[in-house]
Amino acid sequence: MDALRACVGGAVDAEVGPRPSDLTLRLGRTGDLPAAAAVLIGSHSMALATLVATDETATPDGDLKVRYVFEPTARGAADRFVTLLISVDAARPEVPSLTTAIPAANWHEREMQDLFGIVPIGHPDPRPLVVHDGWPRGVFPLRKAFDGSRRVPVEPADEFPHLIAEGEGVFEIPVGPIHAGIIEPGHFRLTSVGETVLHLDARLFYTHRGLEKRMEGLVPLDAFTIAERICGVCSVAHGMGYCEALEQIAGVEVPPRARLIRSIALELERIYNHVGDVGNVCAGAAFHYGTATGARLKERLQQMNERLAGNRFLRGLVVPGGVRLDLPDDLLRVLAITLQDTLIEFDSLMGRIEANPSVVDRLDDTGVLPHQAALDFAVTGVAARASGVDRDARRDHPHGAFAAPNAPELHVVTVAKGDAMARVTVRALEARESIRLVGEFVRRLEPGPLRVALAEPLPGGRIGIAAIESARGEAVHWLRTDALGRVERYHLRSPSYHNWPAVALAAETAIVPDFPLVNKSFELCYSCTDR
Amino acid sequence: MLRILLNALRTGVVTTRYPAEPSVPPNRFRGMPVLLPGSSLPPPKVCPTGALSERLDAGRRHVALDLARCVFCGRCAEDPWAGAVTMGREFELAARTRADLRIEVVADDPAVPAAGRVTGPAAEPTPDADAEAARAASEIHRVLGRSLHLRHLDAGSCNACDWELAALLNPVYDVRRLGIDFVAAPRHADGVVVTGPVTRNLETAVRRTVEAIPEPRIVIAVGACAASGGIVGESYASAGGVDKVLPVDVYIPGCPPRPEAIIFGILVALGRLDARRLARE
Repeated sequence: MDALRACVGGAVDAEVGPRPSDLTLRLGRTGDLPAAAAVLIGSHSMALATLVATDETATPDGDLKVRYVFEPTARGAADRFVTLLISVDAARPEVPSLTTAIPAANWHEREMQDLFGIVPIGHPDPRPLVVHDGWPRGVFPLRKAFDGSRRVPVEPADEFPHLIAEGEGVFEIPVGPIHAGIIEPGHFRLTSVGETVLHLDARLFYTHRGLEKRMEGLVPLDAFTIAERICGVCSVAHGMGYCEALEQIAGVEVPPRARLIRSIALELERIYNHVGDVGNVCAGAAFHYGTATGARLKERLQQMNERLAGNRFLRGLVVPGGVRLDLPDDLLRVLAITLQDTLIEFDSLMGRIEANPSVVDRLDDTGVLPHQAALDFAVTGVAARASGVDRDARRDHPHGAFAAPNAPELHVVTVAKGDAMARVTVRALEARESIRLVGEFVRRLEPGPLRVALAEPLPGGRIGIAAIESARGEAVHWLRTDALGRVERYHLRSPSYHNWPAVALAAETAIVPDFPLVNKSFELCYSCTDR
Repeated sequence: MLRILLNALRTGVVTTRYPAEPSVPPNRFRGMPVLLPGSSLPPPKVCPTGALSERLDAGRRHVALDLARCVFCGRCAEDPWAGAVTMGREFELAARTRADLRIEVVADDPAVPAAGRVTGPAAEPTPDADAEAARAASEIHRVLGRSLHLRHLDAGSCNACDWELAALLNPVYDVRRLGIDFVAAPRHADGVVVTGPVTRNLETAVRRTVEAIPEPRIVIAVGACAASGGIVGESYASAGGVDKVLPVDVYIPGCPPRPEAIIFGILVALGRLDARRLARE
């Protein structure tokens, strides 16, 4: 704190919040932002967790606000978020860009420019990110004055300026947004010399659905239905993150049995994702036995999900205040047997993969993400841990049953190498760890209530923040209620949001035919990145 | 290699017999909501996606449910409406028009039967399973010559519908056994399965992809977002459903529809393609 005060010129007001363990530092001058961020990153080894802009022009403050939320990265650090809060003049909405010093801020700042019209001065790549060709200039959809429910005419537009390499013998390969398989849309502009990738420019946000705007003004229970559906394969994680933020605002404690059931669901989501992802990596390496086995095991897990929750993606299990459905003994038996069988068959599949030189050759040394790059981009989840970054939100920001006093210990898996094989290995070990954890959670289940009521309306003007370790890594949810207790602003920083730039970087160590394999080894979501 | 073969043999056949044999979802599965006429039905605001609506006709309250908008969250079947609405297990919900996905009941009068889509299995279970499988195969053969090739088009989905489409190719559903396959190029396709509400950023790509499919082509809207806009609705970023952009032949409700519900919808679409081809001839 003193170091921070020493290196910024203007005033710094510190207050506790949003949670009791967190700190919010209000900077008197926007110009002090780079220095303050440098102190947090440098002396306190923190990383950018999320960036939330809000439009408060209609409030007495009459300004736009930007919150740069940082989290500690040191092993064993306390669960704490530090927010740098700056006020931006709506008449001249400019802030100094942090991207050159903090690469992880890149997309955050571009998104803020597109949706709020807050310009990051000095940003090295200020191209539009979220809004695509034909979006009218000067229209900012997340400003409060903008009516989000209407469609906006498409204006004539020039071709998007892709960042490409040029020179003799350099080829440009456009891929997408519509891909050849059953996958999500994104545009990849590869430039290559022969088979070697020189540069990859990824253009996403094709599936931007305006969900954050859509949730504004809704009662929190209705908005939950949307939060749970931001992403298919992160339904539990995002539903739970939204709920935890909401429950902080409501000031309620979720009953122990509900916490355990939530954590069981979160691990089940991780297991079906990781098992399926290992199968899909086999598809990228043309190992069809592995693809079919992975798909079959994933299918069995999803059929079990349907028995437990009535939905193959476990939707409808988590609700604000707790869980809607109990896990009675007969279903717990189904769960135990299915997971036991899955473990045996998954071990056998991993054995076949590791014993197959044609697969291992494709994965080894392919798509390397260096440790330092993983730190610079604040990469999270499997991709980070496969590059030796020892971070896991289940341990670092305890949630669900991990926040309870008698929580089981989590063994965080890390591998140093950072290649596709490392990411497959981390997934395999984590799937096993998750199966073990489900057993631990089931053992701790005691009879008890499943749900607490949330006050209606909810307290106004409060902020909730939650970090959840989804199958893809840490997701950060930021929620604020308005005076009537409805959703005033909700922002999700999905794990894939920080990881996509890492895919582009890792692809540059690969050859063109290995790009699908590199992509699958990261296995990122488009929908929760684009929202 | 030997171990792979042994494992494959040990696993045996895991493929479902659906649609030749009916499929029964598990007890907790949330399928078509069943509205009981005459009981106190929930007000429209209970539904987070606007699937419920009501109107007064001659002093009587009519409550309607739009299955295309329903995300099967089950909130209208929770207390205090648990007696009035129950989540049924029916999942074969695909229909050719939005109107066919609307159920209306008179809230205050148990004597008036439900209008619109009537509860009950759309596909009659057949006594002879093999004959039914053969019928599906011969239908594809008769209409398309050999098989039905579909192109998948993600128009801004949350990826859940996409994963269920991908599941159709796993060893359990294996739709290739029915002569259905997913192809990479729209030029090779007989139709398209669209997921998502058609985002602004994808609208051009969606139009161009569908235009590249030779006529006659079928357009199948998979899931609540594609069928009606779902949780997304119409907004600065979304058209609010595939039929706002393209004519849709078949709507498959669900959030997401389970794989067998998609198979059912594709079979419904086959009938549609047949009718169109006859009209051209």
